[in-house]
Amino acid sequence: MEKTRTRSEHPLNDLLRTDRIPHIWCPGCGIGTAFSSCLVAVKAAGLDLRKTVMVSGIGCSGRGAGYTKLDSYHTTHGRAIPFATGMKLANPELNVVVFSGDGDLFAIGGNHFIHAARRNVDLTVVCVNNLNYGMTGGQAAATTPSMAKTTTTPLGNPEPPFNLPLLAFAAGATYVARWTILHTRDLTKSIEEALTRRGFSFVEVLAPCPTGYGRRNREKPLDSLKIYQERTITRNGANPAEVTLDFHRGITLGKFVDLERPTFLDAYEKVCSLTQ
Amino acid sequence: MKPAVLTGEHFITGDVACAEGALAAGCRFFAGYPITPATEIAEHMASRLPHVCGTFIQMEDEIAAMAAVLGASNAGVKSMTATSGPGFSLIMENLGLGICTETPCVVVNVQRAGPSTGLPTLGAQGDMMQARWGSHGHYEIITLAPSSPQELFYQTITAFNMSETYRLPVLIMTDEVTGHLSERVVIPEPGAIQLQTRPVPKGRKDRFKPFQPGPNGVAPMGIAGGGYGLHVTGLTHDERGYPCMNPETQAEMLDRLTGKIRRNLKDILLTESYRLDDADIALVSYGVSSRSSLAAVDEARQAGIKAGLLRLITVWPFPEERIRELSRKVKCLVTVEINLGQIHLEVQRCSEGRIPVCLVGHAGGTVISPDTIVDRLKGLLQSLHA
Ligand code: SF4
Repeated sequence: MEKTRTRSEHPLNDLLRTDRIPHIWCPGCGIGTAFSSCLVAVKAAGLDLRKTVMVSGIGCSGRGAGYTKLDSYHTTHGRAIPFATGMKLANPELNVVVFSGDGDLFAIGGNHFIHAARRNVDLTVVCVNNLNYGMTGGQAAATTPSMAKTTTTPLGNPEPPFNLPLLAFAAGATYVARWTILHTRDLTKSIEEALTRRGFSFVEVLAPCPTGYGRRNREKPLDSLKIYQERTITRNGANPAEVTLDFHRGITLGKFVDLERPTFLDAYEKVCSLTQ
Repeated sequence: MKPAVLTGEHFITGDVACAEGALAAGCRFFAGYPITPATEIAEHMASRLPHVCGTFIQMEDEIAAMAAVLGASNAGVKSMTATSGPGFSLIMENLGLGICTETPCVVVNVQRAGPSTGLPTLGAQGDMMQARWGSHGHYEIITLAPSSPQELFYQTITAFNMSETYRLPVLIMTDEVTGHLSERVVIPEPGAIQLQTRPVPKGRKDRFKPFQPGPNGVAPMGIAGGGYGLHVTGLTHDERGYPCMNPETQAEMLDRLTGKIRRNLKDILLTESYRLDDADIALVSYGVSSRSSLAAVDEARQAGIKAGLLRLITVWPFPEERIRELSRKVKCLVTVEINLGQIHLEVQRCSEGRIPVCLVGHAGGTVISPDTIVDRLKGLLQSLHA
């Protein structure tokens, strides 16, 4: 009791729904680190917190929205981006952050992702990529490495994964970066940068899912972190076509794309001005 | 800038009248996807919204359109989408989210014959049960069925008013014939149109519970950026909006979601009676079929058959009491609808076996002619007397 009372305030308490802690995330899960990086970045970016909204889809990462005191919307599976699109277009003053997982954003929600990037809707999308569907017990995702074992690929995954930064870039995202939860400083800085950019920003965060993925692929949380430390190379400005994830030969991290083009609302306003 | 309410007399299609009704109701966000025979609603909104500081967006599919509509409404803007059968199926997923998160919005279904791609350019009323139960789980929904372009104008306003008052998606179930029919539509002065807006929270923002019902069972609604620190989820949640995974919270939530409709039936249920006072046979119909039914009643009366019509404007929740009452007064009920018996099942249920209940319906693709109905009534009368 005594100890709890004297415990110092958590620096993110003002952004956390502390009455909802403990969270659901497993020990060794990487989502919490990605989530706190995201909240630190939201604070550091100097945004009006009352006007900052977090939207999530479904899955372990999708639970993020439920733990922040920001206005937060926990939507349906894969639909965070179109929901966020409606919100941003209806009130352009809002800063809208989408925080969700790879299964949610790139399998069931893949179509929405590419179209929001193409339109250049002013959103910041943070994708926790843990290589599988964690919430449902570790099934193969559109990001699962070839030959990796999951409950739906018990003998090894016959499919190749997406290269998410390339997909985002090809679809039209104006800010694209990839980090891991070990690189919290870079990650936080990158999300902060993404938040201040106008347009569709995408940050991929590699994170371990020891319960769903690690267990079946002989990878303890610490092993994942070792991979993040030993097999990564930071190459800002790298060609997104050359950053395919290869956990054996090396993982390229960095900011790959940072450019400007008119957002959907810029273009829509221009179109509307033709009515005068 | 053009005015939002185009006061005056117009000769326009049902689809255009629906879009004008939405604008007159204050709708300033439309997300949609092209689909026959609802496309003209999207097209009209696309050309009109820029003139009234609204936003139109054509999404990648109807799933996204419905998601965007919910996002926009949660940002405080009256929002709508319009579709037809195949798109209506895709909308079902996020319709459930709208119901669970109590998000006001309007969804229009210009029905065509199904199943599947069916008859894209020909009308039907085959999605009526989908309107009631199409999204998973148990819930209440409000569904209106307009029968003319003029009604599409007014009922779209009513749909927005009800969606705001009771905080839920309201469905407008029209059909290809009404949507594509051009008729005279009178649009009143803006001042003559009554508009409702969602109940607004009062009191301290930090103590606000976003799903705590007010006196009429409806919770005041906070919007994104309003300073409430909202959490809104499609998971089963308590009055704070927090997910709670247990049967008690599930029961309480469903009680809130269904109670706000069941408790306000008096204001929600809209029906119209025609020559029912001394009727032996009562037709029960809605939408385009109620127009055929209306003509059939007059024709039948001329042939000496005492027929009358109960026209359902609100189809869901179903006007159970009204049908029960009617089944105690008349000798026979006849449901008229363009399907093989959907609302008919409800009429049967509510008549509780007291009297015969017949169906005049077909598989879709054309309207039901008044003659078909009258012929059926003549046959019925013979068998009733036999
Ligand atoms: S299942 Fe995996 S992703 Fe989900 S909380 Fe556990 S470790 Fe994290």
